This record gives sequence, C-alpha cells and structure tokens, in this order.
Amino acid sequence: MTQLAFTRDQLGWEPWLTPLETDELTDEHYEALVDKARAKSPYFLLLARDPATLQARTRTDNDIFYNADGGLPRAGRELAATATSRRNGCVFCASVHARFAAHYSKRADDVQRLLDEGVNAPQDGEWQAIIDASVALAATPAEFGANHVEALRAAGLDDLAISDVIHAAAFFNWANRLMLSLGEPVEEPAS
Amino acid sequence: MIADVIDHLAGIQPGSSLDRLRARRPAAREHAQRSYDALFSPETEEEITLVERDAVAAFVAGLHDAPGIARFYADRLAELSPGLLAAVESEVSAGATTGPYGVYPGEGPLSVESDEGLRYRARRPGDLGVRLAAAFEHAHLLVFRPREAGRESLDALARAGWSATGVVTLSQLVAFLTFQIRVVAGLRHLQNGATS
Repeated sequence: MTQLAFTRDQLGWEPWLTPLETDELTDEHYEALVDKARAKSPYFLLLARDPATLQARTRTDNDIFYNADGGLPRAGRELAATATSRRNGCVFCASVHARFAAHYSKRADDVQRLLDEGVNAPQDGEWQAIIDASVALAATPAEFGANHVEALRAAGLDDLAISDVIHAAAFFNWANRLMLSLGEPVEEPAS
Repeated sequence: MIADVIDHLAGIQPGSSLDRLRARRPAAREHAQRSYDALFSPETEEEITLVERDAVAAFVAGLHDAPGIARFYADRLAELSPGLLAAVESEVSAGATTGPYGVYPGEGPLSVESDEGLRYRARRPGDLGVRLAAAFEHAHLLVFRPREAGRESLDALARAGWSATGVVTLSQLVAFLTFQIRVVAGLRHLQNGATS
C-alpha cells in the first residue's frame, strides 16, 4: 500500500468491497444517495448496500454542514471536520475538508499548517479552540469537557456555534471510520 | 418507546435550552434518530441479526466508558439475549484502552506519527461464536485504530461468514455509535455550562 501524506490535493478513493453497479440501482437506492451525482462515487455506491442507513447518514451530514441558520460559519465546521480527520488519520477525508476549510476561510496557510504539522500546530484563538475541542471529541473515551466549552465561548462562539462544532467533529468520527476501513485513497482522482 | 435517543441519553427535556438549540438543526436531529432506527430496527435481519447489532453496540458503548450510554445498550442486549451480556462485559474489559492510535501503513512521511497500541483479540471467542468474535475484533479496530484498517481486516470478516452488505451495515453501526456517543457527551457538557 502506498502511503500518502496529508494534502489538500484532490485524491481518489478505491473500495475494498464491491460497490453496487449503476444498473442495480432502484428508486430506493437513488433516494438513499440523496444527490444523483453520488451515483458515480464508489464510496456512496458501496454504502448503498444498506440504503436506509445511507439516506439517514447523508441527511444528517448535510444539515450539520450546510444549515446556514445561525451558529458557526461553514469555515469553522469544515475546520472541525479537518482537525478530526487529521487526528484520526483519515488522509482522504482531511483532503476534502481541508480544501473546503481553506476555501471558506481564505486561510489556506493555516489549514496547510494543520495538515503538515498536525493538531498541535499553533493557530489563533478561535481556531485553536475548535481544533482542541475536535481532538478531545476524537478521543475514546471522550476527553471533551467543560474546559473546551469555556474555551469556545471565550473565543466568541455562542451555544449554537458550539453545538455545531460538537456535531461536525462527532460526524467525522463516523465518516473517518467508514472511509478508512472500506477502501483507501489513491493519488489519481478516480474518474 | 423513546422518541429521540440522543435527547434521552443526554437528558434533554422538552422546552429546555438544548431542546431549542437542537430544533435549529431539525434535519440533523431527525436523521440521527432515523440512522439509529435503520440500524437497530432494520427491515431485515438477513445480513446481520438484531442480537448481533445489540451485542456489537453494547461492546462499542462499553469501550467508550460512558456509563449511561453503555447501560442503555447493555439493557437492549439483555432484553434480547441476556446470556450474552456477561460475555460482552468480559470482552469490554479485555478491550479497554484509550485511542485513537495506530501505525500508519508503509514507510511514508507519516511513519513518525505511528503510535502502537492494543490489537485486541476476543478473550473468549467461543462464548461469542465465530461471526460475533470477528465482529468485535473489527469493531475494536474501528473504534481505536481505524488508520490500521486494511483489506485483510475485511478478509477476516469474510472468513467468519460476513457478506459485503453485512460488513457495510456492521461498519455503519460501529461508526454511527462513535458519532452518537460523542454528540451526547458534547451536549451534556454544553448543558452543564449553558448560559441561556
């Protein structure tokens, strides 16, 4: 297996189990994929083997990251996803969400430092608080505590924004484990 | 019947500040519950039985050492298969450690971050049976050292009788629990420090 470093480059992902074929997809599968473009993704076509779980997973994911009704701006949610992926060791997930974090924050250098040096690399107050909270949530048993809530509040996050950090970080514990265990990243984007 | 398991486990009361806060992300709240329903009240037991789901859940919740949540899943298992409860508790103590850790594959740039830790094997596989022993070993890998997962991990499940679809559902179940347990832990601390 080739080993990749953490990167913001576009990577491909190859499954270790056989995904469904496009011609096997029923209406239930398309509903589970939520977005039709995902019928081209080997990752989602593999998860479509359990369509009810995939659909609920995807709708949970979308609301945690895309719901723009207050709370934490998208950049911070993507930062939590990136920090979680960096800590758990998911190179593929980190690449996708580091690109989003850099795009929405316009802080590519800070995102790259998180990828290159890891979760202990120095960051400004708000980013430090989000990364520290994500790292504590990645721990088993959980190390997240009142000190993390206080640090996030001190950085200016309200309760909804703190809840968004918790959900974004928690969700990537779900996503990282699927991406890491059902296939692997490859250098060339899968076409 | 518990309408929302995360609310139940986090002790969120109707009308409380956390209840209002969760209402701001209605689809996430609804579909976290639907994920739970899909995994624990499935339409079919063809690929993975209810007992297997509850046993793996009790094991995963036990590994997270979150007492209320571990009790919740142990109670589910006790209802369906009380005989397995002692075996699961014995495996939780055999698998207890702290994570995440793991060796990065190959000789590449991340080798310096490799971090060795327990590679759990079922203590008493005979008490669990072949399928469940393999499922517990895979669940432990996913919980603590997912970066070490490889094709051979899936081969071990296949040898124990797990189909590709069964592996997908098993993986979803373990991974979902790592989400649910963290949301509950996070919301509990937010509740304790709530300002509004």
